[in-house]
Parts: sequence; C-alpha cells; structure tokens
Amino acid sequence: MKTSFTVPTLLATLALTLAGRSATAQTVPAPVPDNEVFTPEQIGHALAAPTPGAGHAAASPENAPQDDGQWTMPSKNYASTRYSSLAELTPANVKQLQPQLSFSLAVIKGQEAAPIVADNTLYIVTAYPNYVYALDLTKPGAPLKWKFSPWPVPASQGVACCDVVNRGGSVSHGKYIFNTLDGQTIALDVKTGKPLWRTQLGNINLGESITMAPVVADGRVYVGNSGGELGVRGWVIALDENSGKLLWKGWNTGPDKDVLIGPQFKPFYTSDQGTDLGVKSWPPDAWKIGGGNMWGWISYDAELHMIYHGTGNPGPWNQEQRPGDNKWTAGIFARDPATGTAHWAYQFSPHDEHDYDGINEQILLDMPFGGHMRKVLVHLDRNGYVYVIDRTNGQVLSADPFGPVNSTKGVDLQTGRPIMNPDKVTKLGETIRDICPTASGAKDWQPSSFSPRTGLIYIPHENMCMDWMNEQVNYIAGTPYVGALVHMKPGPGGNRGAVTAWDPVQRKPVWRIKENFPVWSGTVVTGGDLVFYGTMDGWFKAADAKTGDILWKYKVDSGIIGQPVSYKGPDGHQYIAILSGVGGWSGAVVSGPVDPRDGSAALGMVSVMSDLPKYTTAGGTLYVFALPH
Amino acid sequence: MYSRFPTSLKRHLRRRGTPCAWGTVGKAVPLMCVGTIVALLTACNHGSPSGNAQAAAVPTTNIQGVIDSALEPGVNHTLITTDPRAGAYYDNPQAVNDGKRLFTQYNCSGCHSSGGGGMGPSLMDGQWIYGGRLEQIHQTLVEGRPNGMPSWGGKVPDQQLWEIAAYVRSLSLPQTLAAQNGPTPSQTPAPVPKSADQDTGWAPPPDTTNDYGTTLQGPAD
Repeated sequence: MKTSFTVPTLLATLALTLAGRSATAQTVPAPVPDNEVFTPEQIGHALAAPTPGAGHAAASPENAPQDDGQWTMPSKNYASTRYSSLAELTPANVKQLQPQLSFSLAVIKGQEAAPIVADNTLYIVTAYPNYVYALDLTKPGAPLKWKFSPWPVPASQGVACCDVVNRGGSVSHGKYIFNTLDGQTIALDVKTGKPLWRTQLGNINLGESITMAPVVADGRVYVGNSGGELGVRGWVIALDENSGKLLWKGWNTGPDKDVLIGPQFKPFYTSDQGTDLGVKSWPPDAWKIGGGNMWGWISYDAELHMIYHGTGNPGPWNQEQRPGDNKWTAGIFARDPATGTAHWAYQFSPHDEHDYDGINEQILLDMPFGGHMRKVLVHLDRNGYVYVIDRTNGQVLSADPFGPVNSTKGVDLQTGRPIMNPDKVTKLGETIRDICPTASGAKDWQPSSFSPRTGLIYIPHENMCMDWMNEQVNYIAGTPYVGALVHMKPGPGGNRGAVTAWDPVQRKPVWRIKENFPVWSGTVVTGGDLVFYGTMDGWFKAADAKTGDILWKYKVDSGIIGQPVSYKGPDGHQYIAILSGVGGWSGAVVSGPVDPRDGSAALGMVSVMSDLPKYTTAGGTLYVFALPH
Repeated sequence: MYSRFPTSLKRHLRRRGTPCAWGTVGKAVPLMCVGTIVALLTACNHGSPSGNAQAAAVPTTNIQGVIDSALEPGVNHTLITTDPRAGAYYDNPQAVNDGKRLFTQYNCSGCHSSGGGGMGPSLMDGQWIYGGRLEQIHQTLVEGRPNGMPSWGGKVPDQQLWEIAAYVRSLSLPQTLAAQNGPTPSQTPAPVPKSADQDTGWAPPPDTTNDYGTTLQGPAD
C-alpha cells in the first residue's frame, strides 16, 4: 500500500522534467486492492430478515401524487422518487431517441441543476453567476421567454468549496424560486422573470454560500447554507412563500434553543438524548465554527407533516481538533415544517473523521419490513451505507454498504452508531492510506431515483478511496477550515464510478453498471422502465431498469453532472432533458482554476481525476431528447 | 452620446486612413463595413433632411493621412511601479521557506492547495490574473481581489505578506517545479531570482520554430 505512489510519482516527475512548462498530470494512483474493503455480508445489518411478501414498496399518494407530466421540483415529488410515469419511451424504441434542441447556458462551470418544466415552460438556473432562463416549449426551438441575472457578488466564488454550482430551483404558484451563490433566495414571476421578492440569508464574509435547491411546500420555502469547509455553522431556514419573510431558523449545532430542540424532541438512540448536546459534544465554542451545513436535499413529508434534512460534515476535517460527537453534524433531523421544532435526530457519522456529510437525498417510501408495511426514508449516505430508517421515530431498520467501505465495520443497530475501524482513524502528521469511501463519499449529492414498477433504487455513485493526513489548522473567518492533506484514488476494481440498482427490501444490489469516472449526475427512472444518467466524460445514457443493459447513449459537448428529468411536452410526447457542463468537486480539474500536477488540489480530488482533462472540456448546454415525431 | 459618435468615428477614420481598417481583411467584409457605417450614420443623423447624403460622403473625404502617437501599451514595460521593499525577498531562501509555513498557517493552502488551486486559482502554472511579479503578488495579498481573494493588508505583518508573496512567486519557477517529488508540489521552493521578475519587454516566445525576423521582413526574393 505504502508504495502505491512510487511508480506514478517517478513517472510524473520525469514527465514534468521533460515537458517543462506544460501541465503534466499526475498519474492516477493504482486502485485499492479488493481485500482492503469489507463485503456486504461482513458489515451489513438489519433488525429483521426481508419480508417482501408483506407488501409492495411505493411512495404514498400524498408524497408522490399522480404524475401530471410536469417536473416542477428537482426531486419530482415530495417523496423524492424522481420517477416519471411517462412510458412512450421503452427499451424497444429508445434506440431512436434523438436530440430535439440544445441551448447554451453561457456559463462553463459545473451544471448540477435539474431543468424544471411547468406550464409548458422550461426553467434553468446555471452555476454562478446563477442566470435563470425560461424557454417556451410551445414554440419551435423553445425560444427564450426571459432571462434573469441576479448578479451575485463575485467574491462569493471564493467561498464556494467545490466549484460554483447550483442544484436547481422550483416552480410553485406562479413563482420560480432559487438560491444564489452569495446567499440569497429569490422568487421570480414566471410570466415576466421579474423578482417578486429576494431575501438575503447568508454572509460570504463568514464563508457562507448557498448551492442547494430550495424546497417549496405548504406555503414555505426551505433553504440551508453551505460552508462546511470554511467553519460555517449550519442552519435550515423556512421562508414564507409569498413574501420571502423568515418564519423560522434552526441551527444544526449549538444549544437546544438554537437547534429548536424542546419537549417534542424524541431521538431514538440513547446517545442522542440529553440537553444541549450540540454544545456539550464539542470542545468549548467549537460548535460555533463546526459546520453541520445543509447544502443537499430536504424532503417534505406531506403525509406525516414533517421535513427531513441531513447535516453536513463537522469542521475542521482534522478530527483531532474537535473531540466529541460534534452534534448534530453528519446526521439527519426530522423537523416540524411550520415551526422547525426538532422531533428526532440521528447521526450517521458521529465525530466524523472523513468528511462524510449527511446531506444526501432521502426517499420517502412505504416499505415491507419485518412482516409489516413501515413508513421509512431511504438515505444513501456518503459513509457508504444504505440506511432504511423508520421516519416516524428515527430508528435505523437496516444499514448495508452499497460502495467500498473500510472506515467502519458496520452500523450497530442497538446503539445506532457506526463501528469505527481503528486502522482508518485519521492522525496528525501521519498519512493513513486506503480509507474507503473517499471524502466525497461512496456517493455525494447526486440524487437517486426509485421506480414503483421495479421496486429498485437507482443509485449514481462513486467507487473511490483516499489517503489522509491531519494537519493543524487555524480558524480565520471566511477562509477554509479544513486541516487535512488528502489524496484520492480509485476503489477496488479501478472503475471510479457506478450506477447500482438497489433493492431496499432484499437489501442487495440487483445490477451494477461500472463507469470509468464517478457518476456525478443524478438518475431518473421512467414508466417505460428506463434509467437515464450522464457521465463525466460526456455520455448521456439510457439503461434498462430491469437488467442494467445500456440501450442508448449520446455524446454531448461536456461532461454531465446534472439531474436528468422526463416530461410531457405540449405535443403530448415524452421528452428527456439534461444539462451538460462538467465541474463540481470532482470536475474542478476541468472547470476550475486547478492544476493537475497537484494531487492535493481541490481537497485531494485532483489526485484521482487528473486524467479528466483528456476526456472532456468545460461546457454548459441544455439538451432535450425525444423520439422522432 | 449619439451626437458624439460621428465625431469619434471621423477621427478614427482619419487616423486609419481607410473606413474598414479595424481588423478586417478580405473582400466581402469591407462592403459590410461600409454598409454598417452608413446605417450607423443614418441613424445618428436622423431628423436631418439631407443627413443621408452627408453621411455617405464622410468615409471618402477628409482623410488626411496617419496621425500616430508615441504610446505603445504593452510593448515596453517600464518598471515605474517597482517597489523597493521587494528587493530583500529576491534570492532569499529563508523568505520562501518562511512563506511556505505561513501559506499553511493563514489557510492560503485551503483555497490554493499545495499550489494547484481549488477554491482559488492555481499558483504554479505561471498564469497571473493580477500580475506575477513579487511586488504584484504582494499587492494582491494586501488588497484582495474581487473574485474571492481576501485582503490581508493591515491584518498580517507586512513582512509576512512579502514572505508569502515570495513563496507564491516561487511555485511556478522551473526550479521549484522540477523539485516536485510525489503528488504534492511546492514542498521545496526555490528562492526567487531577481532575474525572474525583470521584464525586458515583448519578444517572440523562445520556443517558436520559425524566425520571427523573416516574418516581419517578408519572404526573401
């Protein structure tokens, strides 16, 4: 293991010497050996054996209403299934799928947003400077209806940890609502593109930015902040949908009154019970600069009247500077949507040592477990486990690895805590090698989809590991607060990414598509049993939802890290839309001002992605596909 | 604004001597150019009964030869901004080593990694947005820059800013790049030679494969 860098290093140095000024990439390190990670049988646990006969996994009608053919929010519905019931496209005809139009976004940073379709208009928000475009789908070529430029303050680019991305907006009651990198939430009139209100939520001088997609439900807009790499204290805010005025703000660290923890707070596990744990589980005052940001997905539960949101990594990355559980970072909250009051909380990674944010999506399902139908949320965590959690009380029903894992040895279902692997504990001044999964996780923010037809979750994810050395770091407001030297590498097998079809009831993968690069795009699954996703080298693909066979692919102008959507056009036909534009954390070596010779650049990501510039260039384009008609 | 436009256009035309000298070559483009000018002048003189006739006459009359000036921006860099304080940090191994330590302590490494960048740009590729001389880097540290670089002036002892600037200047030196051993560059920074920042003005790149002198003179008969 310790010699894995030697040969690539010699080659890189030699090449550097020969090439002089030209940018010579590091050689991608050798993959971690297969036997470095645990098998699912070794570390997967469940409270009961699978009982698929007890019912059929599906989202409730409250959370996934009947499909109207639109796509008004990035998650498609409150249950976050990203399932389109449209079935014009099928495994039999998908080979005829053709591009219908493309549209340049005029921004060549990472495009992570979902195109939004409502009332025959398609809305896009770009990476910084967060242009918003509205395209008229009723006219040939979908001409521009309006464009809005929010002009975020340029300095916000300097506090965005991992490219200047934006994960999308939502249409609700005649408004397109989105966030800007410099910390605003803005509601535009969908007819005119003029702001109806704009509210400043974050302060870039503290390192705060906003990259997440706001969730609009029940007359409220839910927003969280980014900044886990800059010592920013995490929060979630609810705004009034009609005025943009603040309704409540729940901090994710600190005293109970800040976290909105009161008598109704009933966490399932003992270690989450007590007062002011958001203070006591930290060194003095460290919670004020301790991260726990909410830059990923919030699920609104229209059935149980709750929101569920994850919390990001604790800061700094150097865990030796913050002994304790560091509550409530790297976990999940259930909050009352009207008041923000916390009902339960749980930490996926208490005292996280590896940057395993807990902000990935939660899919709200009714699912057979232990012989009964249970109201669960399924969460695919950065730490590598599929968590099936009873969303009424926060109890973990099962936790199984879906990617390479050796940082932990499973989740103890009695205590809810991960069983740490002492061999992978990070240390000051010592490089701990081959930690799996890597800092960006077995899966990052890129959202999965769930089909009620197959009962499977289509997980776009990574297969990467890392070497990590802690470094002492000082807190300076508005600057990074990381304290780790990281070099990432491919996981076992060498394929850096995969799409896995996961059966949450049987707790196992049904099929897996291996990809050379991490799959940093979302997936969408359709009523025609097709799964769409994109690759970082610029292929947009359709797979058979039942078998995982690739049935169609199309090469676009730049790598894809966006969220595909499926909608019914004004002509009644099914369309698939996706943004190209490589970037994000994993693609910063192409879209960012990053040098491939520095393996530690972009928080260690360049080490494993230094060859991406050979495969793609920066771009930013909307593509829309349909069958010829 | 409209009333000023014809005047400046006339001046431009006089100076250049031809209505279509602004960077266009070929046969179709000059026609388009004339057409554009006519259209512009027509618009400018809107309201004057005889405006069109006057406008059309402008490009072909009043051309009085080349008016030139001694200004040649970008050709000869006179270092009038040289900061005498920079001198002590050239050829100074201690300065770059101290700068390396400070680069981490002040979280510069958080954005610029080990020189390869991340949240902030790469500092090892020799490409500079705000100037790459030691004193220019120092100025960037002092003032900050609009796309996210914080300003450190008055918050950190100025000597330390000079040391950080020396280290940053060192990262793209061939000597520093050649010393990279492993996936982490910039660990053994070379001192910054004074010659590295001496600007001798524009010259053809050293790696051109054909003689610029010949191109300038035209082919030999």
